[in-house]
Amino acid sequence: MRSLARAALYAGLTVAAVTFIYPFLWMASTTLKPPFEVGSLDLIPDRITLDNYRVMWGRAPFGRALANSVLVAGTITAAVLVLGSMTAYAMARLTFPGRRALNAATMAVLLVPGQLTLIPLYTLIVQLGWIDTYAALIVPYLFNTTAILMLRQFFLQIPQSLIDSARLDGMGELRILFTIFWPLARPPLAIVAIFTFMGSWNEVLWPLLVVREQQTMTLPQLLTVFMLGGGAGTLGVSLAASMVLVVPVVVAYMFLQRYFIESMAGAGVKG
Amino acid sequence: MRAEERSGWLLSAPYAVFLLAFAAYPVFFALALVFMRWDLVTDPSFAGLDNLRLLATDTRFWRAVANTFVFLGIHLPLQVATALTLALALNRPLAFRAFWRAAFFLPVVISGAVVAILWNALYATDVGLINSLLARVGVSPVPWLTDPSLAMPAIAVMVTWKNVGFYVVIYLAGLQYIPRSCQEAIELDGATAWQRFRHLTLPLLLPQTILVVTLSTINGFQLFIEPYVMTGGGPLRRTFSVVLYMYTNAFSYQKMGYAATIGVALALIIGAVVAVQRRVMGKAEVL
Repeated sequence: MRSLARAALYAGLTVAAVTFIYPFLWMASTTLKPPFEVGSLDLIPDRITLDNYRVMWGRAPFGRALANSVLVAGTITAAVLVLGSMTAYAMARLTFPGRRALNAATMAVLLVPGQLTLIPLYTLIVQLGWIDTYAALIVPYLFNTTAILMLRQFFLQIPQSLIDSARLDGMGELRILFTIFWPLARPPLAIVAIFTFMGSWNEVLWPLLVVREQQTMTLPQLLTVFMLGGGAGTLGVSLAASMVLVVPVVVAYMFLQRYFIESMAGAGVKG
Repeated sequence: MRAEERSGWLLSAPYAVFLLAFAAYPVFFALALVFMRWDLVTDPSFAGLDNLRLLATDTRFWRAVANTFVFLGIHLPLQVATALTLALALNRPLAFRAFWRAAFFLPVVISGAVVAILWNALYATDVGLINSLLARVGVSPVPWLTDPSLAMPAIAVMVTWKNVGFYVVIYLAGLQYIPRSCQEAIELDGATAWQRFRHLTLPLLLPQTILVVTLSTINGFQLFIEPYVMTGGGPLRRTFSVVLYMYTNAFSYQKMGYAATIGVALALIIGAVVAVQRRVMGKAEVL
């Protein structure tokens, strides 16, 4: 009876896991199939072809979009880590007039839903003349309140004696932050880095508003536009384009799954 | 002390400027736009209450709100049930626990645009994977995304699939705090597995359930890329979401005042729905 229950449990888990994984495997294998084989459920194509990738690469600037995505997500992640730590350090460890107001403002920002500010942010970008520029994609994301609060929380726990002795040695605040706090703060920094990069990498609504030129589009946007514009033609081609977006993420996820889960679940709960 | 003040100012000044420009200003300007007419080409003009009057009687807006409730009506119970079931399964002594959890979480890390494109293929009436599977057991093809009454439920199932791993992690965290001794005590009292679940596990997981419902609700009101990619809001506007309507007003019709009004209304609706849910579920705690 007990072993029967266990067998049922594992059978159930297997069915669930297949439901989550199989569609992605099917997607990967479909991109390698010639068009007439697309309807088949088999994961191993009878005849492997790279035609879908060749067509996709030729019809739209996916290489450029990949570079744009790396540039945008990379810059935002670096900024959120560096600028966010500076802010969090000041908010956690330095006394200055206005600090409490800054704390309160940060909490207030967390309560404002993104839908409320989407249109005014868009009109701001238009007025700044930033449509079709990297600035439009990057600048509104240079700071992340969830990240600042997370880092601040961590920085609050570091003993004051470390700061005091560093100051006696003549270290400035920036050096204290980057040479003493950063090495101690690797876990929260990794968590912030992952959810920031993933959020930017997968973002599509904001780029759809502020970018119209293919040359400036990030991957998810170009993929969406390509798919809706009918440029994809066949299913194999649009799934091949999706693979460019998915493969780097899945590879990173396979190696760092524990951090991904902790990071993305944690950020969602707090943000 | 003076030096510390100066450093504090210098280090937090960029953030303060950012908050003013990209957080405070947009909030106030959103409220101003509610009373404005602006196409981004000519100068903005004062519109009085026109935007609000239009919103009150705009059947397309209220259709989108109703669509979201259809979505939530299916998505919320399904999300809670599947996340809870998978979390309970994972909470047992298991081989390869990390693998199962990672498998369930996989769609969470994938871009929503890709998931929409992939499920578009899975749901396709003629060559879709789901209908091919159904054909094997003798079910005739179902027009998942082209039948007006099926399209939104189909999207709700897809979104549940995409996000469930996220909520499994939340439930698993909650399950860790249920003491073994409680489980064993009521087991000794002769409680059946169902009674243990109903009277011990479920009530103790109420905070997690409230969180899951709140986050899925907020997420549901943000529905955009799925209908944008899969249905364009159709058939018969049954999958048109509020954010898609807001986007269309801003991007296609150049009506910034009205689009911002939709944004403000949406924020208020989300706040109200979440407040009601929390009240109702908070009361459940007493039962």
